Amino acid sequence: MVAYSGDPLFPLKMNPLTPPATIKIREHDLFLDHSLPWRYWHWFSGLFHGNFGLDLSNNPVRPQLFLHMGVTLRMVVLAFVLAVIIAVSLGVLSALKRGGLIDRGITFTTFFFLATPVFVTGLFLKFYLAIPLDKYFGRQILATNGAQSPLASGSFLHRLPDLAAHFTLPTITLILAVFSSWTIYQRSSILETMNMDHVMLARSKGISPRRVLRRHILRNALIPIITVLALDFAGLLGGAVVTETVYSWNGLGRWFLGGASNIDLNVTLAYLLFTAVLVIMFNLLADIAYGFLDPRIRYR
Amino acid sequence: MSIFRKKGRSGEKIETQWSTAMRNFRKDKMALTGIAIFVIILIVALVQTMLNPKGWSTLTTDFAKPPSWHHPFGTTDSGLDLMSGCLKGALQDLIIAVIVSTMALVIGTAVGAVAGYFGGLLDSVLMRVVDLLLVVPLLTILIVMSNIFSSGGGSPLAIALLIGFLSWTYISRLVRAEFLALRERPFVEASIALGASSWRVITRHLIPNAIGVIMVNTTLTVAGAILLESTLSYLGLGIVPPAVSLGMLVQDGQGSATTSPWQFFFPAGLLLIIVLCVFVIGDGMQAAFDPRNARRRK
Repeated sequence: MVAYSGDPLFPLKMNPLTPPATIKIREHDLFLDHSLPWRYWHWFSGLFHGNFGLDLSNNPVRPQLFLHMGVTLRMVVLAFVLAVIIAVSLGVLSALKRGGLIDRGITFTTFFFLATPVFVTGLFLKFYLAIPLDKYFGRQILATNGAQSPLASGSFLHRLPDLAAHFTLPTITLILAVFSSWTIYQRSSILETMNMDHVMLARSKGISPRRVLRRHILRNALIPIITVLALDFAGLLGGAVVTETVYSWNGLGRWFLGGASNIDLNVTLAYLLFTAVLVIMFNLLADIAYGFLDPRIRYR
Repeated sequence: MSIFRKKGRSGEKIETQWSTAMRNFRKDKMALTGIAIFVIILIVALVQTMLNPKGWSTLTTDFAKPPSWHHPFGTTDSGLDLMSGCLKGALQDLIIAVIVSTMALVIGTAVGAVAGYFGGLLDSVLMRVVDLLLVVPLLTILIVMSNIFSSGGGSPLAIALLIGFLSWTYISRLVRAEFLALRERPFVEASIALGASSWRVITRHLIPNAIGVIMVNTTLTVAGAILLESTLSYLGLGIVPPAVSLGMLVQDGQGSATTSPWQFFFPAGLLLIIVLCVFVIGDGMQAAFDPRNARRRK
């Protein structure tokens, strides 16, 4: 599919000055003169040797993949964990105060952010929070460019303030992009569990509301949201592509964007493989988590 | 069980799922407000684009002017009237969204119906295809495929068809789940026992009963399509000039967001309002079609 998406030598062929012999040699280097199944097999068998192939400028793809992966995963994992915590607590809060002012406020906020595209949130925070703040204090409080300062060096602790300045905005952006649908889901899941018979029974036995919430409601209401989290992880990665573009992070998403627009097959394939593996892994983790949360589910 | 038949055999009015939902929906103030704002934007966009079709291609000497009576949304750095651009872009986004959601509705319902009704091998094959499409993020597939349509001139129709071709999976899953539950019900069995064909059972009995799920998710697909298209255009991979979309305007405006904020706020705000309206409408429909909700309100 990727191979059909375009011709990587298009710019070369468009240039009338390129001699046909050069095109022939490049075609041979990129295996374009071979059949498609052969090329796929060549790439696929390379994978088992840990070989991701070369990009269009003849640099190996593997070190690039891991370099960019480090940058992206730092942001995605942090945002994911924080977003889950925020979504679950907001969902519980608004379900418990159903119909009240807090509930309405939370519902409105979630709808608002559900409707906001990631790049709008990102750009807004960048231009109307970070830049005025930096101007006001006369120095850089929140960085808007890159994952760290280009000149940063020294131990990890030494670089921490710099890293934090660069991390804050992208992480907030990513959290705002995903937390709302989870909050809505968590709210309805709690409301559904609250009306179940066993919760009624626990209440009528005189167990304290706090204990009912923790032992009887939360434990059951957390199960369905795990499915949603696993499924939405793919969306989070998509959001990361946009966030990296807004804040010029040198992460996987931007690397992939560049690869896709140059029709750099090995780069694109490496990224697709990475997302697919990650999404499948998360679905597997979700299945395992079910087993812990719900004793009725047994895997034989 | 037809959703449109309003009278029973003896002529008295009977409650159909559709009429109950419509009645519930008419009481929902939020959803009605959403529809009202949405329609107003649509009409203004249509009228403006018809009255002033050259608004977005006429260069003026007003470079980056703030909003005024003459240019209600201000002008861009190159002196284009931003209001014409925004409304044209909004219209473009809505056209794409309509194409996408129609495709998602038709393909999703058909695949879900076939998989859920016939089951067996057909079901497994279709659902594996759906799984395959769900594993890789939609945006990623679109970015890879964007080379095809950008070399083809980035026509809005190509983008709409591509997004539509990829976004039916969610509806098909839900329709399948709904059908799996419905086909075990006595009225379906009765209908099959009376000799009704599969086509008749699906179109006359199953789809009318699953109409709530289908309608709600088609509405949500509209919002999803607008968001996807604008993100793609923001990344510079979607629509290319001379066509215009809100995502593209945001990208154009971001460079001057600190010096002339209207270039960022108007397209971004309009995009936000449109998607918010669609979500509110979808939410209202969900509540209206929910049978538990109907009982509680009585």
